[in-house]
Amino acid sequence: MSSRIAQIRLVSSHPEVYEPCDDSFALVDALLADRTNLLEHHPKLCMEVGCGSGYVITSLALMLGQNALGVQYLATDINPHSVRVTSETLEAHGVHADLICTDIASGLEKRMARLVDVMVVNPPYVPTPEDEVGRQGIASSWAGGENGRTVIDKILPIADNLLSDKGWLYMVTLTANNPSQICLQMRERGYAARIVVQRSTEEESLHVIKFWRDADIQVEEKETVLMNKTVPARAMEYLLSQYPQASLW
Amino acid sequence: MRLLTHNMLSSNIKGVTSGFPLRLEVEKVVEKQVDFNADFLNNMFVKIEWKALVDASRAMGYADLPDQTEPSMLDSDEFLKKFHHALLELHLEEGALICPETGRRFPVNKGIPNMLLHEDEV
Ligand SMILES: C[S@@+](CC[C@H](N)C(=O)[O-])C[C@H]1O[C@@H](n2cnc3c(N)ncnc32)[C@H](O)[C@@H]1O
Repeated sequence: MSSRIAQIRLVSSHPEVYEPCDDSFALVDALLADRTNLLEHHPKLCMEVGCGSGYVITSLALMLGQNALGVQYLATDINPHSVRVTSETLEAHGVHADLICTDIASGLEKRMARLVDVMVVNPPYVPTPEDEVGRQGIASSWAGGENGRTVIDKILPIADNLLSDKGWLYMVTLTANNPSQICLQMRERGYAARIVVQRSTEEESLHVIKFWRDADIQVEEKETVLMNKTVPARAMEYLLSQYPQASLW
Repeated sequence: MRLLTHNMLSSNIKGVTSGFPLRLEVEKVVEKQVDFNADFLNNMFVKIEWKALVDASRAMGYADLPDQTEPSMLDSDEFLKKFHHALLELHLEEGALICPETGRRFPVNKGIPNMLLHEDEV
């Protein structure tokens, strides 16, 4: 089966909208690498937070198919230009996603809790002064505050709330974001993690991490909490033993 | 914006307790055909607030959804086709969503609702 992704020449643009870059390509490559699993996963609702040009959500829709297979797509961005550009990109490829201009998933959290089967995020992850976060326009594409974590740390609990029992989250992180600590925090919420794609350039090292709810972790965690309070240290050891790459961080 | 999304969306203004459903202010509706998938509808049925969907589809000029439902209706192709049309094929292209509690208007332009809040609403 051919696996189509968005074509750069059909991706719409605007001076205030993030163009597909290495991080966007890494995320789409991660989705492609996991495509067989994604198809077997039979997601009903897929969502992107921070869709920018629409390159990623369009690629996902092309990869997994539309409603003939019973999949619906939703994407948000805080930048009004981005959602407009995303709608043009989707249309140029003949696919559809509902779009909302909002902060992360504000307005969706009550009714969409536990309904999202696949969430993809390429967040603003560049370490910047805190006051650059959430500014209007293109700056909000990358400005991530201290360690690049300000927006990421807001997204994680929201993702946890929106993801269905079988939900998967794919997120781009930079080494400066301290991805092992992110995995650890997600582990405390009951998620297992795996690195799907790792890319290193001279300046930065990108990881696309996949998270999923792991029933074993939650049980284990509850018991541990009852016994003593050293969960983080134990979880960290577990994580490092499970993912040899983690030692590179 | 389709009514699937409308059914998932609440007013996000700080302090609002019953922000659902958002009332529709309809200027322009477009219809786009979508492949029918009974599985998706069966799966979504329990998650949809039926009255919100009925009211919203009426505001958009589609009056064929029954007021009351029961699970056995899912066996009827005729019912599923109507549910499909209301949920996935009607798009609010221009208009607004109105917070049921405060009356705050969230504009919908080119099919995209803008839920961004002013500083004093967060
Ligand atoms: C690194 S860009 C990624 C764009 C696109 N997904 C891609 O991969 O090419 C991050 C995007 O997140 C958006 N964004 C930043 N903060 C956000 C927030 N609080 N809520 C929703 N979107 C946000 C930005 O506007 C930008 O489009």
